Amino acid sequence: MSIPPDATTIYARGLTRRFGAHSAVNKVDLELRRGEVLGFLGPNGAGKTTTMQMLTGNLAPSEGEIAICGVDLLARPAAAKARIGYLPESPPLYRELTVDEYLQLAVKLHRVPKWKRHDAVARAKERCGLGDVSRKLIGTLSKGYQQRVGIAQAIAHEPDVVVLDEPTVGLDPNQIRDIRELIRELGGTHSVILSTHILPEVEAICDRVQIMHHGSIVYSDTIAALKAIHSGRTVLLGLRRPPADAELAALPGVTKVEHAGDKLIRLQLAADRDPTEQLVALSVEKNWGLYQLAPAQTRLEDVFVNLTR
Amino acid sequence: MILTIAAKELKGLFASPLAWMVLTAVQLIAGYAFLKRLDDFLQIQPQLVQLASPPGVTELVVAPLFATTAIILLFAVPLLGMRSIAEERRNQTMVFLTSAPISMTQIVLGKFVGLALFVVLIVALVTAMPLSLAVSTQLDYGLIASLCAGVLLIAAGFAAVSLYISSLTTHPMAAAFGAFAALLLMILMGEAAGDGLRARGWHLPAALVQVFSPLKNFEPLGKGLVDSYAIACSVLLIVFFIVLAVRRLDGRRLRG
Repeated sequence: MSIPPDATTIYARGLTRRFGAHSAVNKVDLELRRGEVLGFLGPNGAGKTTTMQMLTGNLAPSEGEIAICGVDLLARPAAAKARIGYLPESPPLYRELTVDEYLQLAVKLHRVPKWKRHDAVARAKERCGLGDVSRKLIGTLSKGYQQRVGIAQAIAHEPDVVVLDEPTVGLDPNQIRDIRELIRELGGTHSVILSTHILPEVEAICDRVQIMHHGSIVYSDTIAALKAIHSGRTVLLGLRRPPADAELAALPGVTKVEHAGDKLIRLQLAADRDPTEQLVALSVEKNWGLYQLAPAQTRLEDVFVNLTR
Repeated sequence: MILTIAAKELKGLFASPLAWMVLTAVQLIAGYAFLKRLDDFLQIQPQLVQLASPPGVTELVVAPLFATTAIILLFAVPLLGMRSIAEERRNQTMVFLTSAPISMTQIVLGKFVGLALFVVLIVALVTAMPLSLAVSTQLDYGLIASLCAGVLLIAAGFAAVSLYISSLTTHPMAAAFGAFAALLLMILMGEAAGDGLRARGWHLPAALVQVFSPLKNFEPLGKGLVDSYAIACSVLLIVFFIVLAVRRLDGRRLRG
């Protein structure tokens, strides 16, 4: 298999998972670099959780390859898993342990050397604001604190990749803010994959966004590009028989041609030129099969709704 | 790693009332059985003296005590074992272990060792009763050691079977009852099957079936006989069901 460069923390190609005849995840590609926060979106049942289970080694893919920081997850699971922290949808908490005992167990199981364990636990507690509940039983904590303990166990061993499956579900607005703050902070040093249904959350803290629908990735882009769309100088073009990119780029005023998912092409335009008329004329003339031409959707929510309904 | 998981299992056991109830019940029942046997022994002792080579207190009091303990463990171990996988999967905490850089074999072995250590504690407490007789009489320490080993082996077998059944379901009570039923069936049918096969002259199958007959494997040690074949069978039973449990859980990861 090809060896991804150092900065790539997650490298997954052609991930497919079948349950009997039904394929829950179909040929998903995913790449994440150090310091990036990836928002992973999709309606319920789209295959997000299955994908995350595969990325964290909890489910073996039917096809495809996964490398965590260059370590093949399927061939060397132990070495790869040591670099991942995972918070599943329902936090895997032992209610009968205290927060301290639980986090100690987490770092021990993740093979943190003995002399580092105390500091690792202290740091995770500090980051997640768990200092004053160290000695409490997890079972007696409120939902918000339990969620934080779940995040703390995922980051305590300083993994390169943190995978969070709906970390802000069931929290009050203040707690959500705290957790967002924490995720943004984590994004500085770790790579984070964040699955959520709260779209503003993604716009606020993610660098990139991928949308999944019926087991496939239907949209993948940077938030920065999304924000550029917001400024209105972009059109989304749907062509049945798209020409070569160069032909579109040659139009006056087009600064960039990008593919945005299935048959959709996004044109970034110079501020002072509007080639829409030429584009329509050309499309008719050359039989490109124009079926959609719109100023690109302005918000993630529109993109999401359009692609997944 | 295995010991870390075993320690976690033990901590979990002692955090639940179940472990304490089991310990209490075993002490009460075994204590009663011990005192009753001792009382009976003291009553027939004058007649025993007249025999040429009379059986000692170890044979008449301690051996039945350990047999009673084995029966109690037949009930107790499936109840303790139901937690270890079925309940973890039900509470969705199994992910905590499977996400960590440890193999499924280490996880299952850790859980087995945890359960086995708890059984060791039960057996140690029971063994303390007859040892108290050492103050006033001569005990057959060889027989006591062999009885201890026998009960530990049979209980470890119970633990392995319970772990496997526990890996089949996410319903703890179903796991407990399933394990109990499987063990009872093995005890009842194992010996009959072995005898039946031997009667037809099929000695190899009969010898193999003995692996799944925990009580038959306990008998020699219960008499103070170190029968290496019976011990090998007990160990094989443990290995067999641990391997099954590992395969079962790994299969869940591979096939979903």
